[in-house]
Amino acid sequence: MNKLSEFMLPPQKSTLAEGTDALFNFINVTSLIFLIGITIAIIYFAWKYRRRSENDVTPVITHNNTLEITWSVIPLILVIIVFGWGLSGYVNLTTAPDDAYEVRVVGKSWLWEFHYETGHVSVNELHIPVDRPVKLVMSSEDVIHSFYIPDFRVKMDVLPSRYSTVWFEATEVGESVVFCTEYCGTAHSNMMARAIVHDQEDFETWLEVAGSADDDMDPVELGQELVTRNACTTCHSADGTQLQGPTFQGLWGSVSEIEDGQTVTVDENHIRESILEPGAKITSGYQPVMPPYAGTLNDRQIDAIIEYIKTLQ
Amino acid sequence: MATNEATPSVKKLQVRRFKPEENPKKHYLNEETGIWAWMTTVDHKKIGLMYLASITFFFFIGGVLALLLRTELLSPARSFMDANVYNQVFTLHGAIMIFFFLIPSVPAALGNFVLPLQLGAKDVAFPRLNLASYYIYVIGALFTIFAIFTGGVDTGWTFYTPYSTTTSGNVMAMTFGVFILGFSSILTGLNFIVTIHKLRSPGLTWNKLPLNLWGLYATSLIQILATPVLAITLLLLTMERALGIGIFDPAIGGDPVLYQHFFWFYSHPAVYIMIVPGFGIISEVISTFSRKVIFGYWAIALSSLAIAFIGFLVWGHHMFTAGQSSLANMVFSFLTFLVGIPTGIKIFNWIATMYRGSIDLKAPMIYALVFLFLFTIGGFTGIMLGALAVDIHLHDTYYVVAHFHYVMMGGMVMAFLAGLHYWWPKMFGKMYSEFWARISCALIFVGFNMTFLPQFVMGAQGMPRRYFNYIDQFQPFHQFSTMGAYVMGVGFLIMAGYLLHSMLKGKAAGSNPWGSRALEWQTSSPVPLHNFEHTPVIINGPYDYHKPMSEFQLGIATPHHDHHDDHQPTDVTQTEKEQA
Repeated sequence: MNKLSEFMLPPQKSTLAEGTDALFNFINVTSLIFLIGITIAIIYFAWKYRRRSENDVTPVITHNNTLEITWSVIPLILVIIVFGWGLSGYVNLTTAPDDAYEVRVVGKSWLWEFHYETGHVSVNELHIPVDRPVKLVMSSEDVIHSFYIPDFRVKMDVLPSRYSTVWFEATEVGESVVFCTEYCGTAHSNMMARAIVHDQEDFETWLEVAGSADDDMDPVELGQELVTRNACTTCHSADGTQLQGPTFQGLWGSVSEIEDGQTVTVDENHIRESILEPGAKITSGYQPVMPPYAGTLNDRQIDAIIEYIKTLQ
Repeated sequence: MATNEATPSVKKLQVRRFKPEENPKKHYLNEETGIWAWMTTVDHKKIGLMYLASITFFFFIGGVLALLLRTELLSPARSFMDANVYNQVFTLHGAIMIFFFLIPSVPAALGNFVLPLQLGAKDVAFPRLNLASYYIYVIGALFTIFAIFTGGVDTGWTFYTPYSTTTSGNVMAMTFGVFILGFSSILTGLNFIVTIHKLRSPGLTWNKLPLNLWGLYATSLIQILATPVLAITLLLLTMERALGIGIFDPAIGGDPVLYQHFFWFYSHPAVYIMIVPGFGIISEVISTFSRKVIFGYWAIALSSLAIAFIGFLVWGHHMFTAGQSSLANMVFSFLTFLVGIPTGIKIFNWIATMYRGSIDLKAPMIYALVFLFLFTIGGFTGIMLGALAVDIHLHDTYYVVAHFHYVMMGGMVMAFLAGLHYWWPKMFGKMYSEFWARISCALIFVGFNMTFLPQFVMGAQGMPRRYFNYIDQFQPFHQFSTMGAYVMGVGFLIMAGYLLHSMLKGKAAGSNPWGSRALEWQTSSPVPLHNFEHTPVIINGPYDYHKPMSEFQLGIATPHHDHHDDHQPTDVTQTEKEQA
């Protein structure tokens, strides 16, 4: 029976997973026992009491109080147990320890931003220390998203103009997938991130070097790295494939028509404006869905992205 | 036969037996013909058939959309439709199946046909209103079709804000269509409640009311109490989109979680609008094909009302992760478990009815047993989702998708098919091929489980719903699921084949092919234009199989003014019944 639950659930990688899984397993096993009993009764009765002649006489059994009370009270007791168990697990899931390490999370269509205490921002990569409670303080810039890490058994909706929180304590170093589970439009299913769990030392090192690691990179390489890291590639391809936004291939120097019939040449200023304030000039035929990157990317990084786009002719 | 002493409140009625005429030449299908006669008919049976044709059409469309979705999901990345098309297709699949098929399927289609027959009435209380309900349904459907061809809708059937107020599709036409549709549902519910109260035959007291009517009665109560909330919600949504009044969109001062409360305040009871009438059908079918008194009549009847009542108080369990307070989550979780108890009681009562019965595994009974199995799985996985800690993990994954398909399709659609196969001979006076019905049922059963069992597994492993792409590890489950959907599709094609064949060339069914005691079987098949050529008089419950058939065919003996009685009352039985 345990095997079934293990097969059905992802690996347990947080302190909260075990409690949730135990209840999952309990309900699975209890339900299976009942289901098997019910199924056997149906099949046995259908065979044992099959019609033998058109003149079969059946007994008059209108009700049976003992039986009916039994089959009402036993399930009632069982569901009250399940309710209490589920509630206590839920209290654990929603009560973050006071010393939890805080990360600020911003959901945008269709990427996740993670802001750390040092001011560093990572996109679609959540870096966290192992064996230490982490609390995420989350909000959305546009529609409702939902932050879900199956390996940790945590999920919470991310709302516009309101903060919601989720906490967990990772138990092993490695990577887990983060999904958006509240439908948010075209690229909903691409709004994924990786939760990367470091041991404490590695995490501190990562925090220190994260912001400065790109300093010695070639601008084009850095640009290429940044468009991936900042999830630009969710909507903008580099090979001409049509996604939610214009492809980067052949974009540089082209003339694009914007919504009110005007045209604009794609140069440094247009790209810079489109990154920081995407709603200003929407190329016709596209939806105004890109989130603004002001505060996420600095000037040097924007320059690098422009250099990279220049190479995609 | 009852021979109580007459008391002042009791009036003597002369009754005699009316044996139904076998395979009559004149019946409701041929007394008035021509397209105009159908379009303006106020006959509940014809309106029922018009609904049946409409919901079959929508079930076909919704089913084809489901097959397209499953085909796209064969591979993790894009195969033949892009993300925007996929999003529109799943929205339409959900909206069509729920608003245009499931909600009207049993009440409006089967209910319309069978409700006055089970009461021994000539029609529903407001026949013209009944026709109006049908046309309101059609107008709602036309608006939805208009929405599809003018931009489409990609919000999911839930129309969650703020996404639904910002997306580019034609959400307004669609919500307006659903808004109109709601009135059809409200008027049908109102009509049924009045009919059950006022048009019962002499002797048909509340404790003799068929359980199908208890189911429809509970459903009608939910319809008239919950549907107005949906109308208000959609109106507010339209006001926000059209006039920019901030109600749900935080960008203009609204609250998106408020929308979810409003929406689920209707849509959770709506789940019971879909399933409770199914319970009614299952009670009829299991009793008839076990030829036995139903076990726990009052337990089944009252549990339908209990479900209807508690069903209003559990909407918050759709929002455990939405950011409502922990206290609200606790209360909604508890009430959710309470609603499971009357549901469980029903299952046990049905199985107890089979005990020492005389069970005939004809197609309707097989569908009823399939219902018991699949709906039980749907119920238990509902317990899983009601448990707070576990729901946090499973919410908005394929586990939820599988759960509600087990309830809605494994439960409701199977109950609908049981009812359709049960009353088919009454509707058309023809039998269908029992052999092909079994083949089709087996394919649907196997295909259904192949489709949705793997979805429990991938959902528990973390596969979110409404995903156009997915990570590779889920591919085997998705492929297996798609194969199951194809098997199910073949099953439904076979059903369409043998039912059409039955309609055109089926063998005559006779008035009561199942040997049922229920009132609708004590008139000819197909039914006469005005249902009964006499006023039926009821002295036994509809499941009293220990009483002789002759006691179920009684009617007031005084000649009917427009009935040419060619056989003299030879079998006159005298009894006293309280006048209803």
